[in-house]
Amino acid sequence: MEYKDYYKGLGVERDAGQDEIKRAYRKLARKFHPDVNKAADAEKRFKEIGEAYEVLKDPEKRAAYDRIGTGLKEGQEFRPPPDWNTGFEFSGGGYTDASGHFSDFFEELFGRSGMGRSFHVRRDGIRAKGEDHRAKIMIDLEDSFNGAVQTITLQVTEVDGTGRMVVQPHTLNVRIPKGIMEGQSIRLAEQGGQGFGGGPRGDLYIEVAFHPHRLFRADKRDIYLELPVTPWEAALGATVTVPTLGGKVDMKIPPGSQSGQKLRLKNKGLPGKTAGDQFVVLKVVVPPADSEAAKEIYRKMADVMPMNPRSALGV
Amino acid sequence: MARERDEDFPFQPLNGMVLDDQARLSLNELCEICNISAETILDMIEEGLLEPQGRAPVEWRFRCYEVRRVQVAMRLQQDLRVNLPGAALIIDLLEELEELRRRI
Repeated sequence: MEYKDYYKGLGVERDAGQDEIKRAYRKLARKFHPDVNKAADAEKRFKEIGEAYEVLKDPEKRAAYDRIGTGLKEGQEFRPPPDWNTGFEFSGGGYTDASGHFSDFFEELFGRSGMGRSFHVRRDGIRAKGEDHRAKIMIDLEDSFNGAVQTITLQVTEVDGTGRMVVQPHTLNVRIPKGIMEGQSIRLAEQGGQGFGGGPRGDLYIEVAFHPHRLFRADKRDIYLELPVTPWEAALGATVTVPTLGGKVDMKIPPGSQSGQKLRLKNKGLPGKTAGDQFVVLKVVVPPADSEAAKEIYRKMADVMPMNPRSALGV
Repeated sequence: MARERDEDFPFQPLNGMVLDDQARLSLNELCEICNISAETILDMIEEGLLEPQGRAPVEWRFRCYEVRRVQVAMRLQQDLRVNLPGAALIIDLLEELEELRRRI
């Protein structure tokens, strides 16, 4: 088991006052709350600071923790001495939140009384729905376009037959419906945490995000593609082949098009009751003047069609 | 990774409900899904956090994405000790932020 430095976790000194610990915790909790912070490790950090605060806010737990912790470093191998908690009583406070899955380190030190209590609640015959769980999955844009089935494995905490909490992998096959958009959630009824006293399981919410795509970017059901074109295709008009999620299509570029212009391929976005569109954003690529003949053409262009593209800037 | 055919799996894939803008929920369904009381939902409507269609509570229809608003509001209140107006403000700002990020 690894030692956890709760003071370091909250960024306070070992002699910090209770007020200072509270302020540090509240500031970090706001920063790392998983609904506010989109970083992948935000939820882990949020739980870690919650665990640190759970110990340091309680003078009894803090004193016991201080007694074992002098001179130890974060991550150091650690075994609590057999008599470490004599003179302390942790039956009150702590583990009030059933969703608080704390580290092995925490459970070794403070966890046992909490589990006894949750077992007690079950015997009282209270029937309650289990906790809702949340997970995120990354899918490809093509999975949304075509529909897909994805296998996900979650680490879930369950109470086993003897009342002990165990972490087990839970594997699910989830159908990704056609046209799902980034940020949407799929609710799987009764795939969440165990119910209490015979109550139903909680639900599982899976939030969908897209892997970055080599060509496309999605905005809700609309798909954006940047399409390089030559100056003569833009000026004279042309029919060009364009990739879409559903395969290649031919698209007409109208004469007199400009860089940045947006052309719409109707219903070529993600499917849905109203399908999205694909927007093709033109990007005029200037051919290099790398030969005398090419340079001559550019000079001729300057002669034949002089223009000031900066006139709107007043220069 | 994603695979195409159901036969590739030892057991049937699960079909979930997508929380999108097309499906609608009644007050009862919303309470059940979010595991909270109708009074709490009423408070959220008062706050402008939820905007059901229909006049009377029995006619109310909620959009599915409002499930997420309810859940985030509950978590923010519980974890960060903000009150309901504070949670509503945070949710509005978060949605604006997501919208802006998507446009980049």
